[in-house]
Amino acid sequence: MSRIDQQLDGRDRGGPAQPLILAQDLKKHFPIRSGLLNRKTATVHAVDGISFEVRKGETLGIVGESGCGKSTTARLLIGLIELDDGTIVFDGDAVGADLSLKEMRKSVQMVFQDSYASLNPRLTIEESVAFGPGVQGLSDPPKRARDLLARVGLDPDRFGQRYPHELSGGQRQRVNIARALAMSPRLVILDEAVSALDKSVEAQVLNLLADLKEEFGLTYIFISHDLNVVRFVSDRVMVMYLGEVVEVGPVEAIYARQAHPYTASLFSAMPSMDPDNRTLEPPLAGDPPNPVNPPSGCRFHTRCRFAEDICSTAKPRLDVFGSNRDHLAACHMRVPFSGHSLADVETSP
Amino acid sequence: MANISLGAEVVMPVEQRRGYWSSVVRRFLRNPVAVGCAVVLLALILAAIFAPYLDLADPYKGSMIKRLRPLGTDGFPLGTDEQGRDMLARLIYGGRLTLYIGLVPVVLAFFIGTALGVTAGYAGGFVNTLIMRVVDIFFAFPSVLLAIAISGALGAGIINSLVSLTIVFIPPITRVAESVTSSVRALDYVDAARASGAGAFTIVRVHVLGNVLGPVFVYATSLTSVCMILAAGLSFLGIGVKPPEPEWGLMLNTLRTAIYINPMIAALPGIMIFITSLCLNLLSDGLRSAMNVKD
Amino acid sequence: MTSSPLLQIRDLNVRFHGERTVHAINGLNLSLGHGEMLGLLGESGSGKSVTLKTLLRLLPPKRTMIDGSIEVNGTDIMTLSGKRLSRYRGGDVSMVFQEPALALDPVYTVGEQIAETVMRHRGIGRREAMEVALDMLVKVRIPSPERRLKNYPHEMSGGMRQRAMIALALSCRPKLLLADEPTTALDATVQIQILLLLRELQKEFGMSIIFVTHDIGVAVEIADRVAVMYAGNIVEEGSIHDIIRDPRHPYTRGLLSANLHDVARGTRLEAIPGAPPALNIKPASCQFAPRCAHVMPACTSALPPFVSPGEGRRVACLLERGRELA
Repeated sequence: MSRIDQQLDGRDRGGPAQPLILAQDLKKHFPIRSGLLNRKTATVHAVDGISFEVRKGETLGIVGESGCGKSTTARLLIGLIELDDGTIVFDGDAVGADLSLKEMRKSVQMVFQDSYASLNPRLTIEESVAFGPGVQGLSDPPKRARDLLARVGLDPDRFGQRYPHELSGGQRQRVNIARALAMSPRLVILDEAVSALDKSVEAQVLNLLADLKEEFGLTYIFISHDLNVVRFVSDRVMVMYLGEVVEVGPVEAIYARQAHPYTASLFSAMPSMDPDNRTLEPPLAGDPPNPVNPPSGCRFHTRCRFAEDICSTAKPRLDVFGSNRDHLAACHMRVPFSGHSLADVETSP
Repeated sequence: MANISLGAEVVMPVEQRRGYWSSVVRRFLRNPVAVGCAVVLLALILAAIFAPYLDLADPYKGSMIKRLRPLGTDGFPLGTDEQGRDMLARLIYGGRLTLYIGLVPVVLAFFIGTALGVTAGYAGGFVNTLIMRVVDIFFAFPSVLLAIAISGALGAGIINSLVSLTIVFIPPITRVAESVTSSVRALDYVDAARASGAGAFTIVRVHVLGNVLGPVFVYATSLTSVCMILAAGLSFLGIGVKPPEPEWGLMLNTLRTAIYINPMIAALPGIMIFITSLCLNLLSDGLRSAMNVKD
Repeated sequence: MTSSPLLQIRDLNVRFHGERTVHAINGLNLSLGHGEMLGLLGESGSGKSVTLKTLLRLLPPKRTMIDGSIEVNGTDIMTLSGKRLSRYRGGDVSMVFQEPALALDPVYTVGEQIAETVMRHRGIGRREAMEVALDMLVKVRIPSPERRLKNYPHEMSGGMRQRAMIALALSCRPKLLLADEPTTALDATVQIQILLLLRELQKEFGMSIIFVTHDIGVAVEIADRVAVMYAGNIVEEGSIHDIIRDPRHPYTRGLLSANLHDVARGTRLEAIPGAPPALNIKPASCQFAPRCAHVMPACTSALPPFVSPGEGRRVACLLERGRELA
């Protein structure tokens, strides 16, 4: 399938240094309506002014707990929900201005967590995979579908005419991957795509994803709650908390030293895998707060054991942490003279 | 390099290949009650369609002498009615009208209601509010009352009965179609289709209708018995089919004077209504469980 | 371990009838001592949840064929019925589910639900039962328990609901607690809280726990002993140390490497190929053989016998036999 590679070269407009996605100040609030008149009674701050970039050919891992906005971010990027505010620049073209949403959709595809709900039960898997290419008027959708099914490890002669309920979870997720690839995307968003699979099957799918990335020159956004998996697949990791980015950076840097206390808590909540050194203290108490009324200042201050007055009054900015210019964190402790007692008092060179 | 993933996961045995509808048929055939009901209904429908070829007596021709003969009378196996007309012929010809008035409004309402419901459910927002609130207004009246009111306003007659019953059944079907559509719309495969750039019309045609029509169809079949009984009710009240047309509800009405003289004869149209609606309901239940594909 | 274990399962077979037959449990043997914390590890369809449900007699009798014996504290629980069965459920053995939102009744407050259970099992009055309920909420470390007692399940967060569920399950001081993936639906930072809580409560109450999970990392955090299940039977059993440090069965080894702990980025994973068997016929040979890298002709001809490579360990694999002979 080298034809896709050639196509890819032609599609790379901005050059290798131009990020594939440049998201600026994305905002999405969902109103909660209730009562007889359907009046707005509260607002869910699902995504609250986040900025990040996705570089060409990389895998960006997004981690965070429920309500942190990682799935909303994915749906914003793919245009399934409308932005309230902010801009998305796709390979140098602002979506909505230089590039229509429809145009961008051809280049961004998504694989969902629930392999069953993401396939139409009334269509054979070949029809499901061929649907997108048919809509886009690509040549010979059925053949394309069969090629891709074969590529993800499902013999089209044996599996092509089956219905989703006749497949196992791992097989269905392969179909979903084939469907995403059928559109020849440049970016594939994997939203907890392997989370529902058994561990032994998950490893197979991860291997497959790695092969496909190389073969088709893809860029991945990999959303997951499993830090082991994220470490394995990602080049860079972005940590979200209550609709905001708290830390982002190269995977080695973050796994070696977490700049934000929330990231540190997430890491110490990981199973130790060592029966002699079991976790003795939970890193955090209680559940993540509700994104309906997020706390003021730093949103993590209600659960942070280093919280001081400054944390509840001022919102920390994402700033470079340490020597790696790529490693950013939003914490007052990391900003010199921020007013936090643990903040560095020396100015960075 | 991809050998490991290529050979993966091909051990799960799936018996033989079969499509969705053939598995529905297979499951349906395993349910003896539903199959029995389908056979009875088929017999009733065939008898109604081919009534003129069945060598029956004239259902309109009465006789003052042979009034209210009991069951098993020579030449009149099911006796005669209060005007001396052959009951067997009248019941079979009556089936024509009754089934017609029972089915046609539901079929019409099925198309109109599904269109409205799918539109409301898929579009959401203002369109949904508009359609569903209008539907709710109709829904607020008991169906019998609504049918009587509309038929009363339009006047008696077959066409008017069809119109009024269709109007009665649009709201419930719209509601079911709307709720099924909304739940389908929330599923990931609809999002995946949107992400592939498909327009609303294509998504509804390929991904929504196939998953909505089944449940709505099953619901509509359960309404046919209600519709038949309502139609019979309208005729009984004199605002439906007019005499001397043979129709089960109307026959029940005209025969009610004979209830003390020959109760068996007077009960016959009622028994027919009972059997037909019972069969329709059981058939609908059978379809429901046969179409319920869960893994 | 004492001479009479708390739980003794002998040659348990569970078969479901329906549109197709499923041999869910096939000749399972398991024993559990007093105060033991056993992790039952397996993937979907391995029979781990079915084992728990069988222990509580929760499977629909019409569609299920069960044979074998299950003894709890010396009583054969398969013979229980009526009053004795309901005293057994919740009294001797109780269960914590994966989804507390579904397992708790939405129309009663948490306090009412716990009190109701306590009243039924201990025959005490409402007032006293409410005090027990409050005490239980304190024990599961729910903040401001007096207020939470009057909360409905939907007014609580996921982690809080799971704590309430645990309080309910422990309210009658069971000797055995069955935990069916109680932390799977929770966030990582909440999961570790619940695991630590269960560990503390186990010591405090002196009960035994069977903790079902698909996540080997969770098993490490909580279990003393681990039984790995595959296709309706145990394939390997041993202390958590043994399983982590020296896994013997190829399936256990595959599971461990699939956990991705300390796997270098970008390397190829040693994935177990294929998928678990469908179990529509009763297994007559090693069920893992079709996916096993070390398969031998003998693997496909008969069920592999258990071999005990050490104290408290057993492995159902012919490789182990060879190792023993060598």
